[in-house]
Amino acid sequence: MQSKPLTLKILDIACVLILAIATYLALIYAPEEAVMGQVQRVFYFHIGTAWTGLLGFLFAAGLGITYLVKQDLKWDIAEVAAVEISAVFFFITIVLGSIWARPIWNTWWTWDPRLTTAAITELIYVAYFMLREGIEDPDRRARFGAVYTLIGGLSAPITFLSIRLFRTIHPVVIGSGDPNAQGTFAMTPHMEVAFFFGLFAFTVIFIDLFWNRIRMGQLAAKVEQMKLNLMH
Amino acid sequence: MAADQQTSRASFLKAMFAITWKDLTAEFRSRELFSAMLVFSLLVILIFNFALELDITTRQTVTAGVLWVTFAFAGTLGLNRSMAVEKDRGCLDGLLLAPVDRSAIYFGKVVSNLVFMLIVEAIVLPVYSFLYDVNLFNLGLFLVILLGSIGYIAVGTLLASMAIQARTRDVLLPILLFPVAVPVLIAAVKASEGFLAGNDFGTIYAPLSLLIGYDVIFIAVAYMVFDYVVEE
Amino acid sequence: MRGLDFEVQPSEFVALLGPNGAGKTTFLRILASLSRPSLGEVSVAGYRLPDQAAAVRARLGVVSHLPLLYGDLTAEENLRFFGRMYGVSNIEARITEVLEMVGLASRRRDLVRTFSRGMQQRLAIGRAVFHDPDVMLFDEPYTGLDQDASVMLDDVLRSVAAKGRTVVMTSHDLIHSGDLATRFDVLSRGVITASATRKQLGKTNLLSFYKKALAD
Repeated sequence: MQSKPLTLKILDIACVLILAIATYLALIYAPEEAVMGQVQRVFYFHIGTAWTGLLGFLFAAGLGITYLVKQDLKWDIAEVAAVEISAVFFFITIVLGSIWARPIWNTWWTWDPRLTTAAITELIYVAYFMLREGIEDPDRRARFGAVYTLIGGLSAPITFLSIRLFRTIHPVVIGSGDPNAQGTFAMTPHMEVAFFFGLFAFTVIFIDLFWNRIRMGQLAAKVEQMKLNLMH
Repeated sequence: MAADQQTSRASFLKAMFAITWKDLTAEFRSRELFSAMLVFSLLVILIFNFALELDITTRQTVTAGVLWVTFAFAGTLGLNRSMAVEKDRGCLDGLLLAPVDRSAIYFGKVVSNLVFMLIVEAIVLPVYSFLYDVNLFNLGLFLVILLGSIGYIAVGTLLASMAIQARTRDVLLPILLFPVAVPVLIAAVKASEGFLAGNDFGTIYAPLSLLIGYDVIFIAVAYMVFDYVVEE
Repeated sequence: MRGLDFEVQPSEFVALLGPNGAGKTTFLRILASLSRPSLGEVSVAGYRLPDQAAAVRARLGVVSHLPLLYGDLTAEENLRFFGRMYGVSNIEARITEVLEMVGLASRRRDLVRTFSRGMQQRLAIGRAVFHDPDVMLFDEPYTGLDQDASVMLDDVLRSVAAKGRTVVMTSHDLIHSGDLATRFDVLSRGVITASATRKQLGKTNLLSFYKKALAD
């Protein structure tokens, strides 16, 4: 049983600190936005989780391709880790966005290209887990997972494009469909600090969780192997 | 070498059409799949009539949407059945044992699934015209239906070959397929609407090129990854 | 499966015996190029797997416990389909020939769906020998057959499928294997624990040989 590497332990603690600082910057340090008021503060986290969630998904597709080429299960473990964390981050993004949209756009949800694409991407994540759930054989599960992340990673940007198309032909029915129209604001230097630190914080947290999750996946694989050996 | 390539291309096409021929022969005899897809389509159209109160004015705007939802549902039904037939009596193994390129199996199945879907669509269109008094005889619409069905079936055949190997195979296909087929459905609905409303080609150009792009990308990807889906 | 060493001479008929879960089917699937071994080398009829899989498949006939046939096609349509997949020349003449060999000439235009289990299995053998392979693999061919059908299958296996070909058969059915095979290998927990030719076995009972091999 290998114990947790020291670097990872340090990273864990650093993450807690970074998250605390990011929270401080977002809630106290950054000035209140003139038009939107306090609710604008969710934006500092919203962008952070959205950015890492999206990159994580593309990253997972890359790991999937690597698995298909190398046929080594360690790439599958990394791919699952990336998809899992991205799915959670993406969910947080959608929830934070909704909290912001309620007072600003006057609705929890609108069928704007970005929101719709986010919802569909989240559904692709869910489908990914349901697919994996239904397959017993680890190699086959890994192969199907890799193929599906590849298909999903390709279709998500095309979905975004196609909804944009939809919107340019149709007039926006609810007046607040476009975030550029309602809810834009110029950032003061203090806001920029909070914003960029938010991005940085969630990138580090992603890396930390990713590392931990890979470790967990490796340990689970080891347990599986030990059980098999015990049976023989 | 050139002669070698020629024979391998000949055997590729021969195997591909052998599969299509086999599927069509079996289907024209039993008509299980057709009747299921067709009856299901007609039921969906009838249900839409009650759900949407399809009066004269709404009909103009929702026809394209209703048609594509119907095609998508019927298509899933057909795809699931067509791949399950291969799995149930071990026939998929029989296909894989043949000394042909695996992608010949994929393209053979794509062609037969496409033929099934197009035949159902060819029956649904006049029935819809008749029931709702909408003229659907429109060459542009036919082109959109062909392009949309190609993209839907190309991805659907790949995902169905994964879904049938999973424990939850009966429910899995729509969950896997719908979120990644969103671009096809959106673009197809947009283009169909445009043609039905008699808009000028400039406005239809964008969704149409999106459809073509989707078809090309996903046929290429499916061609590359199909081996990983059927091999162990 | 680990450390499995297995070799078959041309025109030998090897019966691979072993309890459930010993890895017989996995092993046969690897030989049939349906599964990839995670480690090790496999070559069939002089061609390496998986690099030359297409060449191997063209020389391989497989009979499994599933018929691998389409119920909504007739007997001859099934054969015609597989003939095309294998690129067999002169398909129609070969169909007649094969159907006569497996004794289904009179049912050639009937749907396979209407066939009994034994008839389906005979047609499955016809399908497997259709492209005249050098090597045959039988995976539990007797599963689901009653006594009469099994005896009939014995004849077809011996006279049609095994004739002059190299055969590997997995089975837990000692009676039928005993009649057919020229060599017996016992597979247990992924390794071959014992091997004996029919001559070496002599008068020793196959059952006692099998029991002894498993006990070791």
